Amino acid sequence: MKTHLFLLLLVFCLSCGDKKPEAISENSNLENTLINNIPIYDFEELSLWLNKNNDTTYVVNFWATWCKPCIKELPAFEKLNSDYAPQKVKVLLVSLDFPDKLEGQVIPFIEKQNIKSDVVLLDDADANSWIPKVSPEWSGAIPATLIYKKGDRKFYERTFTFAELETELKTIL
Amino acid sequence: MKTRNFIVICIWAIVGFIAFTGFNTIEINPTKGYTIGDSATDFKLKNVDGKMVSLADYKDAKGFIVIFTCNTCPYAVASEARLNALDKEFKGKGYPVIAINPNNPAVQPDDTFELMQAKAKEARFTFPYLFDGSNTIYAKYGAAKTPHVYLLQKEGGKSIVKYIGAIDDNVRDGGSVKDRFLANAVNELLAGKEVTVKETKAIGCSVKQ
Repeated sequence: MKTHLFLLLLVFCLSCGDKKPEAISENSNLENTLINNIPIYDFEELSLWLNKNNDTTYVVNFWATWCKPCIKELPAFEKLNSDYAPQKVKVLLVSLDFPDKLEGQVIPFIEKQNIKSDVVLLDDADANSWIPKVSPEWSGAIPATLIYKKGDRKFYERTFTFAELETELKTIL
Repeated sequence: MKTRNFIVICIWAIVGFIAFTGFNTIEINPTKGYTIGDSATDFKLKNVDGKMVSLADYKDAKGFIVIFTCNTCPYAVASEARLNALDKEFKGKGYPVIAINPNNPAVQPDDTFELMQAKAKEARFTFPYLFDGSNTIYAKYGAAKTPHVYLLQKEGGKSIVKYIGAIDDNVRDGGSVKDRFLANAVNELLAGKEVTVKETKAIGCSVKQ
């Protein structure tokens, strides 16, 4: 009986731990256009990803396929995503490409570069209203990166090498 | 299951809202470049027609719409027609558009002087498109990206910064603009009023140096 109870508790805990974030992504995906697993979000939907309150460290990078310095630093974010996955680090790449470029430009790029991190496309024209919500420090230039864990957050309007990114990550991790 | 998902979403929405509201109250003033009320420097930069251009050349101007922009940034390209329209609308009223390309062609090969000439011709720019060869003017202004607007008004021999930021609230699509930030600011200055929306933000391509 005790074993049963223990198992039941264990299953319950595991399902809670697993299902919570799943429920979010499932729902937000359902409500959005989903092409090749790249959801199109408006800022309200994206903001869920900028304010998660769990023990994962989120590294949110704003980029676009036309932004050369962004493309150059993507491998560093990819490496961070795979190297630090065991330490609960999650990279989210937020593409600011125009939505009509999703199929012709963004998806082919993701496939060609074999990008493993999660990618979403932010389609929200009124940038003046949402840029300050990402960070009051942000001028709007990309690349830009937000690293946060719960309430602890840092914003960077700059480019990164892997080593630099790792150093910044460790200040939050 | 559906109810639980709904509750989870609601909780996240509340958490997000609280986090954002708290976040918004933090005010960080960027110290780089000009802020509203500063006196902007004049310059002497080469235009695409080969002539040198300074603010001082415009004896009759009431002020200037200084825009840092470039040849290929999609946000700059999307704004080209609007720049011509702004120049057409406000040059006659005393606020000409003056565009400056802040990018270093050694870093961004799409922004050589020759390609700027080609761009000005192709996009039929009605305003000067200046090459910041010294790579210093953009830094003095604090332009971080293209396009990046500085609205100046002449006051007692100085050019005072009255507005910094975006052209309007929809860089991608001029047809869907609801709020013409820059035009509103110029119109307020023309009416002798204080600019109400002094600073706005927009996505842009970082200045390549």
